[in-house]
Amino acid sequence: MSQNVVVIGGGPAGIEASRRLRDLGYTPILVEKQPVLGGHLARWDRLFPDGVEARTVLGPMLQDLDGIKYFTDTEISSINRLKDTWVVMLSNGLSAQVRAILLTTGFDLFKAEKKEEYGYGIYERVITNADLEDWFKAGAAPQFDHVHTIGFVHCVGSRDEKAGNRQCSKVCCVTAVKQACEFKEKYPDVTVYCFYMDLRMFGRKFEDLYLKAQKDYGIRFVRGRVSEVSEDLDGHLFVKAEDTLFGKPMKIKMDLLVLMAGMAPAAGTSDLARMTNISVGDDGFFVPSSIVDAPCSSSREGIFFAGTATGPKTIPETLSEAAAAAMAIDRYLKTPAKR
Amino acid sequence: MIDFGYGLTPSATLKIENVQNPLFEELHRREPDVAKCIACGSCTASCSAGVFTEMSLRRVILSLQRGREKETLPMLRHCMLCGKCLLVCPRGINTRHLILSIGKVYGPDGLKEEADR
Repeated sequence: MSQNVVVIGGGPAGIEASRRLRDLGYTPILVEKQPVLGGHLARWDRLFPDGVEARTVLGPMLQDLDGIKYFTDTEISSINRLKDTWVVMLSNGLSAQVRAILLTTGFDLFKAEKKEEYGYGIYERVITNADLEDWFKAGAAPQFDHVHTIGFVHCVGSRDEKAGNRQCSKVCCVTAVKQACEFKEKYPDVTVYCFYMDLRMFGRKFEDLYLKAQKDYGIRFVRGRVSEVSEDLDGHLFVKAEDTLFGKPMKIKMDLLVLMAGMAPAAGTSDLARMTNISVGDDGFFVPSSIVDAPCSSSREGIFFAGTATGPKTIPETLSEAAAAAMAIDRYLKTPAKR
Repeated sequence: MIDFGYGLTPSATLKIENVQNPLFEELHRREPDVAKCIACGSCTASCSAGVFTEMSLRRVILSLQRGREKETLPMLRHCMLCGKCLLVCPRGINTRHLILSIGKVYGPDGLKEEADR
């Protein structure tokens, strides 16, 4: 009988790691609290930098779950150390005794309503990056029919000490540029602004996308953080920012504002940290043994990480880390337990 | 002096290596957060005075860092200490307190142009 490994979190990291563990001869027990597997990726329409459809990435993964025991709508009730094993109790009444647990608990999208000055949840025409993906995915969006000017606000709940999220979420810059181009493709007559502080185009082809946004799509980039948004009687938005390169405050009338909500630690992170007695950083994400050369190992024996549970990452980074975590677990399980 | 029909134009480059800035260091000691500014411009965009005047806290901080404190008084004199900038700063800088400290460290005369003294 093959050895069980508990994988907590059924997003791309958890699914990919489970497939890899299965291929290595283990039986992964994948636990997901949502009703479906796929995490945030299941909600997304297209992916940067080339705009491939998210379902072409997730679909084949979800078609390949043979040999993986997975439970949706299920949470972790408790985790306890027993000799050299971990006893994991699930909310569905099942339990598992394993030597290795993989935490692929991911991130939560920053709650944009916390930035009250931007009016998310107050003004109808203020939406988030995730809402926009929903609309792209739905195809027709009557909300866009009389739109002339739209804006993307970078760094909403990123690099923001006041919102309790000091870290850079890293993927929102390129996501905003991707969404701006997509919007322009669907509605060529719309004027699109991006309000940024820095544009962190760190990945391969990201800079190309930015160039394309400037050259081919005519996206207008303004270096300044939006300070506040107000609404007139007709529901138009008035967006205030400083054009810091020009050195003057500005106010623009807009029909739609998209807030680039960043990555915050997943809600269950601190509970799991307490149950397993591992540490979280002051940013609220799990802390690996070494951020440089042991990103999948924790300070406790038999607890491993993959994906955004240890901080913001892209999909390809998450998938590579899932593979690396499966290898690390395999190596750990092949070394005899210390008694 | 022979008039050759042309004059010398002083260099407009910023001589940052020559900035001797004990006053800025003193300000930094009192207000370590002054170094945290990422020049996002939120303060300037929300500034009640900035719409009608030259006031821009982002530029005040930059001018002080570059040793150009003389350029800050024309801006700072319009500040009404309303504190709106404090509400929007993503770095959590106590901007209102910072402005008061700038006044204390540089003194009213330190910020004035020679002609105004």
